[in-house]
Amino acid sequence: MTRFLIRRIILGLVTLWVIITLVFVLYYARPGVDPARELAGRAVTPALLANINKQYGFNLPVYVQYWNYLKRLVPIPGQFNLGISNNNHLPVTTIIAQAVPIDISLAVGSAVIWMVLGISVGVLAARRPRSLWDRGATVFVLTGVSMPTFILGLLLLYVLYYLLTIHGIAIFPKPGSYTPITTNPLEWAHDLILPWITLALITAATYSRLTRSSLLETLGEDYIRTARAKGLSERRVVYRHALRSSLTPIVTQFGIDLATVLGGAIITESIFGLPGLGLAVVQAIQVQNLPVVIGIVLVASFFVVAANIVVDALYAVLDPRVRVS
Amino acid sequence: MSLSTVDAAATTVPPEDPAVKGIEGRTPLQLVVQRLRTDRVAIISVVVIVLIIALAIGAPLIAAITGHGPTDTNVDNGTDANGQPLPPGSAGYLLGTDNLGRDILVRIAYGARVSLIVGVVATAIATIVGVVVGLFAGYYGGWLDSILARIMDVVLSFPYVLFAIVLVSVFGSSLPLTILVIAFFSFAAIGRIVRGQALSQREKEYVEAAHSLGAGNMRIMFVDILPNLVAPVIVLATLLIPTAIIFEATLSFLGLGIALPTPSWGNMLSDAEGVGFQAWWFYIFPMIFLLLTTLAFNLLGDAVRDALDPRTERIFAGRRKKKPA
Repeated sequence: MTRFLIRRIILGLVTLWVIITLVFVLYYARPGVDPARELAGRAVTPALLANINKQYGFNLPVYVQYWNYLKRLVPIPGQFNLGISNNNHLPVTTIIAQAVPIDISLAVGSAVIWMVLGISVGVLAARRPRSLWDRGATVFVLTGVSMPTFILGLLLLYVLYYLLTIHGIAIFPKPGSYTPITTNPLEWAHDLILPWITLALITAATYSRLTRSSLLETLGEDYIRTARAKGLSERRVVYRHALRSSLTPIVTQFGIDLATVLGGAIITESIFGLPGLGLAVVQAIQVQNLPVVIGIVLVASFFVVAANIVVDALYAVLDPRVRVS
Repeated sequence: MSLSTVDAAATTVPPEDPAVKGIEGRTPLQLVVQRLRTDRVAIISVVVIVLIIALAIGAPLIAAITGHGPTDTNVDNGTDANGQPLPPGSAGYLLGTDNLGRDILVRIAYGARVSLIVGVVATAIATIVGVVVGLFAGYYGGWLDSILARIMDVVLSFPYVLFAIVLVSVFGSSLPLTILVIAFFSFAAIGRIVRGQALSQREKEYVEAAHSLGAGNMRIMFVDILPNLVAPVIVLATLLIPTAIIFEATLSFLGLGIALPTPSWGNMLSDAEGVGFQAWWFYIFPMIFLLLTTLAFNLLGDAVRDALDPRTERIFAGRRKKKPA
């Protein structure tokens, strides 16, 4: 078990290192790009360039820059530093700290919806395979899988916000509304309901499909026949015996999906104007604000890599066969 | 036996020897095609896909018939007297015009080209790379497998939407880059499946037999093993096409895919979002075409999987048995 975990952590660190290096090469070591010039803004003077070069070390050899860049990413207080935004000269860590609560709000709300919806649809489908329920579930899954997030978001905005509002029924908030949960929890939920539905509907499809196939497979196992033979109620057999063990693949998927949303739901945030990491990174890319882009890419990658490790560890706890291989 | 029944039998019996007919084998391909032909959903999907392909191929024809190029702003009759876009059904503009007076039908037809090219070419590259990498990893095993499998793990645990956006922002958006980015983040999905299959296939007796006949590694991998992996690869590839199409549309929607003014369904929707919801036809038509395409490919992929899966036959048999009861 320990060996397995150590291997996963090493693989996670390697993944992070690959991402960090790729980002460094893309942004700092690309021929024909002068990061000092990009930082200097419009009023460029040779003195200013020299000053920036000295301050940030852009005139040092590439490998020295790379080493310094790696050093400041080591998570030790005082040393950890993601740089300063080119736009407003705030530290990138501050910008990220401001955006993360929005991503947490987005992730928590939508995760509840997609888990409940996805698993219930999957269970319903698996309990009566090839029934009308199952057909309906298949349609739900295939529509969810085929639906680009931005189309669902735009459709919800068009129907539930625009059409209702121009007919005088302004139930849903206009895009760009966000209230922190600490200010008013009801407003918070109200402002986030459409983004939650958007993310949840798209994601729930995968969970329905996973739950259905996994539960169907489990229901064919011998121990389920034993449980039935003991005279347990069908409800008890499905929910207590079968569902519990068929949730392992869902745990995996859940960890990674949650981490992806935490690292910025780029499309949902762009459409609903939510100032989370996803919107921040898109805006930073549009104005070539590299320190912010890099900072967010690294944070998002960290979430995904960490989630992968946690999920693998959980999986090994839940399913002993994994540990052996 | 009356003469008439003998006559009837003589006309219904085919001219060949019935004994030979009875043992005539069907190739796996024939079986699959036969199953697909009885699947109504599959047929409808194929028809939709063929129609979209026809639309893409016929795009210049549509442009010639309407007299509007995909990027023409039709200053003389593309907008009404107040400079407002024309709704669908206006003279000469079946699906209306956008805020610049461009013909939406013509742009959708050209957008179909982008979606199909990206979907098919990116999937083809991802499939070829995935199959080669997976075969080498699974067949040779050892250190080569360790390295290739780890690379695929790393690619699979990338926050890929974010990374795709970063790549496109650095190199500038273009069709080839969009295709390469999508292919890069998709090959590992196929590679992992092929690797797993190759790992089990190389232990089979027929591989040993090929070895003893003096076949080389390349021949065993690509001539002996590969045909056994065709089924899962075809299914995955069919399902990768809609994913690639959604990926491209998403990138273009964020302004990081196909550069304007070249039309793609994604950047048409991005254009529409900038205008607002008043002109619903900016949104609804690209949405319908995009959804139809992804849904058709997903449905076809599901149908192909069912047709290739030998267990499906038993399910159908079970269904037939159940019916009289």
